[in-house]
Amino acid sequence: MINCKVILSISKTHLLSRIKQTAIAALGVTFGIGTFIILVSFMTGLNGLLDGLILNRTPHVHIYNEIKPSATQPIDLYTKITDGFKVVQSVKPKFTQAKIHNALPLMSQLNANPDVKGAIPQLRAQIFYISGSIELGGNLVGIDVLEEVRLFNFGQYVVKGTPQALNNIENGILIGSGVADKMSLDVGNTVQVSTVGGAIFPLKIVGIYQSGLADIDNIQSFASLKTVQRILGEPQNYITDINVKLFDIEQAVPMAQFIEKQFKLTAIDIKTANAQFETGTSIRNLITYAVSITLLIVAGFGIYNILNMLIYEKMNDIAILKATGFSGRDVKYVFISQAILIGLIGGILGLMIGFGMSVVIDNLPFETDALPTIKTYPVNFNPWYYVIGITFAMVSTFLAGYLPSRKAQKIDPVEIIRGQ
Amino acid sequence: MGNDTILEARNINKYFREPVLFHVLKDINFKINNGEFVSIMGKSGCGKSTLLYILSTMDTDYEGDLMFMGEKITGKPHEELARIRNKHIGFVFQFHYLLSEFTVLENVMLPAKKLGIKSLGEIRHDAMEKLKLLHIDDQAHKLASRISGGQKQRVAIARALINDPAIIMGDEPTGNLDSMNAENVLNIFKDLVREQNLSLLVVTHDHDFADQTDRIIEMGDGRIIHQ
Repeated sequence: MINCKVILSISKTHLLSRIKQTAIAALGVTFGIGTFIILVSFMTGLNGLLDGLILNRTPHVHIYNEIKPSATQPIDLYTKITDGFKVVQSVKPKFTQAKIHNALPLMSQLNANPDVKGAIPQLRAQIFYISGSIELGGNLVGIDVLEEVRLFNFGQYVVKGTPQALNNIENGILIGSGVADKMSLDVGNTVQVSTVGGAIFPLKIVGIYQSGLADIDNIQSFASLKTVQRILGEPQNYITDINVKLFDIEQAVPMAQFIEKQFKLTAIDIKTANAQFETGTSIRNLITYAVSITLLIVAGFGIYNILNMLIYEKMNDIAILKATGFSGRDVKYVFISQAILIGLIGGILGLMIGFGMSVVIDNLPFETDALPTIKTYPVNFNPWYYVIGITFAMVSTFLAGYLPSRKAQKIDPVEIIRGQ
Repeated sequence: MGNDTILEARNINKYFREPVLFHVLKDINFKINNGEFVSIMGKSGCGKSTLLYILSTMDTDYEGDLMFMGEKITGKPHEELARIRNKHIGFVFQFHYLLSEFTVLENVMLPAKKLGIKSLGEIRHDAMEKLKLLHIDDQAHKLASRISGGQKQRVAIARALINDPAIIMGDEPTGNLDSMNAENVLNIFKDLVREQNLSLLVVTHDHDFADQTDRIIEMGDGRIIHQ
């Protein structure tokens, strides 16, 4: 340990007596780490935003009745033909009801499951928005609005009015922003909707919904579950979809398989539904890391160069140290510790600059129609990136310092002293 | 110690392999006793510096045995040899090898810090004592690159003394100094031998210098001609 102190004091003197070179080497690391932090914080912030756009409001498991042909046709049950094969042409889908059978007991069973954060009902209905003689096709979704707010951040997408108003006002509707624009409607107006069956209902607009995805905003509106059931003339257990949110998203796949098997319903898990988002995220992360590592390697070469030159300049010092009883290993540590000190100082400075720039970016205004709730650029302040950053700095400077230091370890003092 | 011999070379042979095989040292045998002031003389290229570096343990590429303080040190690992150099051997070179970015005092303290036996305060005190002994304590806080050649050589001697070594080795320690400074260094050496019972082994060209030592080992063509 005493040895350590002596070695550190030597490397400190070396570093301080050539402060300019030290500063340049450290700045190389600072630049690399700072850029890494900025890049990774900004990129993952943006990733989170884009993913959240879809994933936050996507149920982890979506349960519904799918219209599809039966897997086994009646002919399959006929076993007397052994020598041929069966062909059924023009297969029609099986007639099933759109509603989920026994939806209410099913929901209470799911809600009792400890893995489930919440299972909530939806009722999807095809409707037309009526404006004079014009009919616009659309969807009306009946929801339990408070649960939607709790589980799927529904409130974030209501840009005017409040989601709670849906519960308070009879026959209220949260209308899609695209629909509202097309029909020049605003909060407080009344909109007429007609069902596929032809019945017409007036609904009072209590808020405007904007998801940021124009395809949805142009057709979709929300009303309370009861309102939609009344419009369709269906009883209170008429539910077409159940959305499940889990505590752990990784459980989505087994949970979906379990539900399909047990209840003979279609259950789509979030991973199947949104596989392309994971791919996009991982590729963006890959690019971020590739760029950052390149920057750090460049900084590492800078350190390697400076230490290499330093060792040529310090041949005499190395010879003296060895002659006066410092071993080759001590000399190696003198130079490695210099590399590590440069990495540490440069790295910490880089973290601070990275953090500072991230804060600045986080406060830059960023407004776009597609993202109604976002006011500034998204930045992810995950402490892990700072840990990774400083680890990178230390490892790359250590490697950059290691090779020149080994050379210093092997220098033969006799050759240098004789060479004078 | 119970042993009067501090350093003994037994049948030392050394070859340079590059550019062609060359037999530099041939069957070197001699002893240096405790408190003896020995000089090695000889023409340039006769191998005296090469011998000194072998004796100093820095060069390990030789044949034969080297005994130091009654112990065979040939073949010991480098770490161990570095420790022996640190504790028991002091060096003074022709060119005053100081670490130019450190102060005079730090240069003197460094080997003692490496040894790590004494506290920092004691080391600082000892280093000042050694500098006083050589009359350069007034330069203690200057950078080593800022003092004159004669002063540097005295600092190097102070550094060689800091761990109270058993032997001091010098490679032309006065070769680079004017006659006044050379005289000065010689006197310092003589005082050290007399007062502190140090052994001294000095390679030199300087006849006047060598004449004032206890014993002269003369070398020629890689052999000891006369001792």
